[in-house]
Amino acid sequence: MILLPIIIIGVSIALSIPLGRYMARVLDRESPNNAIERLIDTGQQPWKSYCYAMLLFNVVVFVFGFSVLATQEWHPAFLNPDNKGMLSPSTIFNTACSFLTNTNLQHYSGEVHLSYGSQLFAIMFKQFVTPAIGLAALLAVTRGLRGEQNLGNFYLDLWRGTIYIMLPLSVIVGVLLIAGDVPMTFQGNANATMLSGGEQSIARGPVAAVVAIKQLGTNGGGFFGPNSAHPFENPNAWTNVLECVCIILIPMSCLVMFGRMIRNMPHAAVIFGVSLAILTVLTVWGIYHDTVKPNMGLAVGPPIMGADGKPYQVTTLNADGQTEQMLLPEHATRERIGLPVTQDTGNLEGKELRFGPGAGPTWAAATTCTSNGSVNCMHDSLNPLAGLTPLGGMWLNCAFGGVGVGLINMLIYLIIAVFLSGLMVGRTPEYLGKKVEAKEMKLAALTLLVHPILILAPLGLFAAAGWLDASTNNPGAHGFSEGVYEFTSSSANNGSGFEGLGDTYGFHNKDKNPSPPAPFAPHWDIACGLVMILARFIPIIAPIALAASLAAKKPTPFNSGTLRTDTVTFGCVLLGTILLVGALMFLPVAALGPMAEHFGPLPFGR
Amino acid sequence: MATKLTPSSEEMKIARRLSRRQGLFARDLLKSAFRRAFVMLRPDILWKNPVMFTVEVGTVLSIIYTVVKAIDPGSTLASLTYLIALDVCLVMTLLFANFAEALAEARGKAQTDALRKTRQETPAYRWRITENGSANEAGTDYSSALRLPISTFEVCVSTALQEGDLVVVEAGLFIPVDGEIVAGVASIDESAITGESAPVVREAGGDRSGVTGGTRVLSDRIVVKLTAVSGKSFLDRMIALVEGAARQRTPNEIALSLVLSTFTLIFLVVTATLWPMARYAELYMANYLGAAGLKSLGTDIPTLVALLVCLIPTTIGALLAAIGIAGMDRALRANLIAKSGKAVEVAGDIDTLLLDKTGTITLGNRKATEFRPVGCYAAAELGRLAALASAADETPEGKSIVDLYHRLHGSELNAVPPVGSRFITFTAQTRMSGVDLPDGRTIRKGAVDAVLKHLDKNGGEVRPFVQEQVNSVAEQGATPLLVCEGNQLAGIVVLEDILKPGIRERFERLRKMGIRTVMVTGDNPLTAKAIAEQAGVDDYIAEATPEAKLAYIRKEQYGGRLVAMMGDGTNDAPALAQADLGVAMNSGTQAAKEAGNMVDLDSDPTKLIECVEIGKQLLMTRGALTTFSIANDVAKYFAIVPALFAATLPWLKALDFMNLASPVSAIMSAVIFNALVIPLLIPVALKGVTYRPVGADSLLRRNLLIWGLGGVIAPFIGIKLIDMTLAALGFA
Repeated sequence: MILLPIIIIGVSIALSIPLGRYMARVLDRESPNNAIERLIDTGQQPWKSYCYAMLLFNVVVFVFGFSVLATQEWHPAFLNPDNKGMLSPSTIFNTACSFLTNTNLQHYSGEVHLSYGSQLFAIMFKQFVTPAIGLAALLAVTRGLRGEQNLGNFYLDLWRGTIYIMLPLSVIVGVLLIAGDVPMTFQGNANATMLSGGEQSIARGPVAAVVAIKQLGTNGGGFFGPNSAHPFENPNAWTNVLECVCIILIPMSCLVMFGRMIRNMPHAAVIFGVSLAILTVLTVWGIYHDTVKPNMGLAVGPPIMGADGKPYQVTTLNADGQTEQMLLPEHATRERIGLPVTQDTGNLEGKELRFGPGAGPTWAAATTCTSNGSVNCMHDSLNPLAGLTPLGGMWLNCAFGGVGVGLINMLIYLIIAVFLSGLMVGRTPEYLGKKVEAKEMKLAALTLLVHPILILAPLGLFAAAGWLDASTNNPGAHGFSEGVYEFTSSSANNGSGFEGLGDTYGFHNKDKNPSPPAPFAPHWDIACGLVMILARFIPIIAPIALAASLAAKKPTPFNSGTLRTDTVTFGCVLLGTILLVGALMFLPVAALGPMAEHFGPLPFGR
Repeated sequence: MATKLTPSSEEMKIARRLSRRQGLFARDLLKSAFRRAFVMLRPDILWKNPVMFTVEVGTVLSIIYTVVKAIDPGSTLASLTYLIALDVCLVMTLLFANFAEALAEARGKAQTDALRKTRQETPAYRWRITENGSANEAGTDYSSALRLPISTFEVCVSTALQEGDLVVVEAGLFIPVDGEIVAGVASIDESAITGESAPVVREAGGDRSGVTGGTRVLSDRIVVKLTAVSGKSFLDRMIALVEGAARQRTPNEIALSLVLSTFTLIFLVVTATLWPMARYAELYMANYLGAAGLKSLGTDIPTLVALLVCLIPTTIGALLAAIGIAGMDRALRANLIAKSGKAVEVAGDIDTLLLDKTGTITLGNRKATEFRPVGCYAAAELGRLAALASAADETPEGKSIVDLYHRLHGSELNAVPPVGSRFITFTAQTRMSGVDLPDGRTIRKGAVDAVLKHLDKNGGEVRPFVQEQVNSVAEQGATPLLVCEGNQLAGIVVLEDILKPGIRERFERLRKMGIRTVMVTGDNPLTAKAIAEQAGVDDYIAEATPEAKLAYIRKEQYGGRLVAMMGDGTNDAPALAQADLGVAMNSGTQAAKEAGNMVDLDSDPTKLIECVEIGKQLLMTRGALTTFSIANDVAKYFAIVPALFAATLPWLKALDFMNLASPVSAIMSAVIFNALVIPLLIPVALKGVTYRPVGADSLLRRNLLIWGLGGVIAPFIGIKLIDMTLAALGFA
């Protein structure tokens, strides 16, 4: 239980050091060094040109992805052997946004709704390039922090990231996955006759290729609906460890690369330490609340009662303004009888037994800290408090974080931490020898605002409009958590789902859908799509502008009055800033969701 | 080497400053600040402070909903008493914030009022040289005015004077407006400005020609050319600045305000979206429990306003302006007038400090410290000869030779020249002084080359190693004087610069602050190097010229360093302007004062160090209170969030670690704590967080513990105490 995360995190750290050094060497070469690179290189770009190039490329990718999905009906037979029809337009929009932004939020089920053509060109293609875009953004930011006015060439960075990092790593991991019995085929569904005599159609396809890049590029959009809980995506304990390592490997390596590039490894080590501390705490929290604690729904429990031994009361208000204390009715306080199942291994609901009970929360922590979003258990079924692990990881969204962008998110917290602690040592704050002034704070503030606004504002809207309530089968605190999770996942560009929300419309032709479309699926599609787009690009462009603004400044020499950013003290400041600024604002939401569910009566239901 | 100083100007200055320091809460200050706190409730004043303006809008909203509750009791769960109490607390929060700023302003004003007293209208004698009134024709002999009877000048009031006018000021009269002496020498009482009772001498030409309006001439007559208009003088501008009338927000203040506005906006989103979420919880719980009309405080607007006000950084928002004003005020208390708040801020960032040797690092005068005999002379004999030669020498150096002889060998031989001795006084040509004794012996002492020439002329022989000895003295940072008797060289008197007591420690302190000190001296490189080593400065500029200073500053700035320097002369002006922090001495020329961004009324060269500390303290206070303010949120969240949902999700009481008496008292306690912490921290804002020169790391650790960790823990205790009080009083 504890061994698994130790192995996974340990192996990832060990591999991230050589990989990070390799990345710094390969990606940080200034001039093109072969014919293809010379062709691609359009010259050094200052920050604005870099951003324009990046946005232009993203628009092209979006249009391409949207077109591939929209024309699914007409894909050639070898790319669409099962003759899948067109998805609903809102789902196409959502999916195009989702994969463009490296989110991989899926309001569809891959094996049911997508052709192989869509899987390869609308999904897998983007899974390769979007992490490379994130990587390019990080390279640009790092060069700015290093004091360079020109931030490199976007196209060159993109090419190198894809060809030298994503592609070779995916090939290696893909081969290892195939060796671990993950299928890789272009044949259509296999048909089998069951022992009972019925016919079964078993979905398959080029799974290993999709899974490799899905894990490596903090993508997370699985080939199958159940993602890495599906036995074809993640057949055994060995592939589970491999895939889990792949989740955190590149984000960790990004930090090593960053340290190499700014030639300040101790500073990178401090950030690494802080990230690792967050990841560790979230993992341990998740494992504790999910494997040591029983599933409350199945366990015997006393009647719900206050800590003082008195029964709980709620308050009602009538039209005259008279309040009345009301004891909870019997059905809300009665003791839980429980089921005669053993809960020695904790909460097994929604878990794949072949991985063991601890694998779920471990993966949940890793996948949300890094904005990956693949899952190997049902997050919906985690114990309520254990559910805070994935939520917390996404609320912070900076402990290693997505490829490239995770560190960029961290940069914002770094700037705020430097600002506060810089003042506390009696100097105008400096980061990496550059003064942090009003302009930088403006950009940092803008970035900081994006995440909470994009989570809380649509959530408030959906709660107020009744869409949230109508979309969930679990009205009450758990349903609320599902809504929180959906927007958090979108805004963190994570893509994992708590599930349980009706957000799937399916094929545009309603008759082709196995189940009727969810009533508010288009609402979720559009809202999440917009959230993903805004949450991707504002926190990339603003920090690039910030780094460029720092680059334009004269470096201040280091002396004993300068705030050091490579000490344990600064690590504490950074961690404190992340927790106070990044996490605390979500406390009311956490209280209304997971905590209310944990402390309150079970179950809600209609 | 360190000699005991008499209670000198240094200590007197401190004593005076202490006496000038008013109590933080002097009654008249409180009264005016109290009144102003209400005036500042005006939205057009308050909107400049986004945090407090948000509080004001929230308060208005809360009051509106209180009225609604009074009309329609069914509108909210909250009782009318609770709502009114909440409104009162919110208004108090605003008033406390206004009070903090008003108090800082009032304190600044009290300081400047003392200065302003010098700005009263005074009669002046204007001197019109020509018929058309133009007084600045080239070649005018201003000194003629020194001899004319005073009645020949035109009498006018100071406010009628123009820039460039010439005025004649006699003993006993006040100097009407800032100016520069163009003729005459006078002793002037500047105590009105500096508080220093000893008069200072100001004279035409040179670097001590600046005079300040409001100071009084004690002796002699001077002609002053005015460099400002009454009411627009340097001090007038400074006064306006300190009083806040012309106060501009500094770059760091702007950056911090941005951060605070962001937090405000974030928490606005948090609280605004909480309403539909709380409503959602009410609905599903009503559905689940079958209890229609289920209500919580989470949908009560005034309570959400209370949550918002508690979460946004009101503490620092309320005190930010006060901190800035207090920083300028602290500088003023140190008799430093900053031309802008930015100057004080920059002081905290200084990397390199250019300090003049004389007066800053060393005491003004050199002292004899050693007699080094040559040839057959004994040290005592050399000492006696030197003392005899210096008997009539009234310069401090000569006196110190006599002192040294008496201290070392006083009991052995008398060094009083016998009656009939003829004294040779020092002249710039001979550069020697001495005595011809009645017995025919001639004793001379003087500069090395002068004495050697003298010996040469009288046919004395000079041993070759004398030059080596002379060099070795210079290498120690001392100045050698030669003494000879007749044509015999008797030996060397070592004159040393006396370092100011404790100067090494001060530089050590500066080094810990991360500041490089550079000594500026006219000495030769050999002596400069030695003194630099003794004093512990990091670098020195020897044989310094204004150009050399300017070049050095540019070089440092090119390396990204911020440079501070102090100067008084007109030729310092370019360097003062180039330096990031140029402190001009008040005794200096107008050009120097215009070029610098601070003026030191005491003209005390060590003031730069104080200046840096004030700047650092200003930034630290801002950082500490911001951290405190944000850290406070933890406890407030845990007090308010369970209370918000107590009526719908009573089990969230489990989050209430403080175990507060009731939801209403939990919210009230948080709001009251939030309001009370503002006046409690006013002293910190005004006095500043203590700065210790211990290096950035330990400073950070210390402030983090006090203001960060303290900021997390303090409100838990505070809110619990308030809650217990409320419960004990029966309000819970």
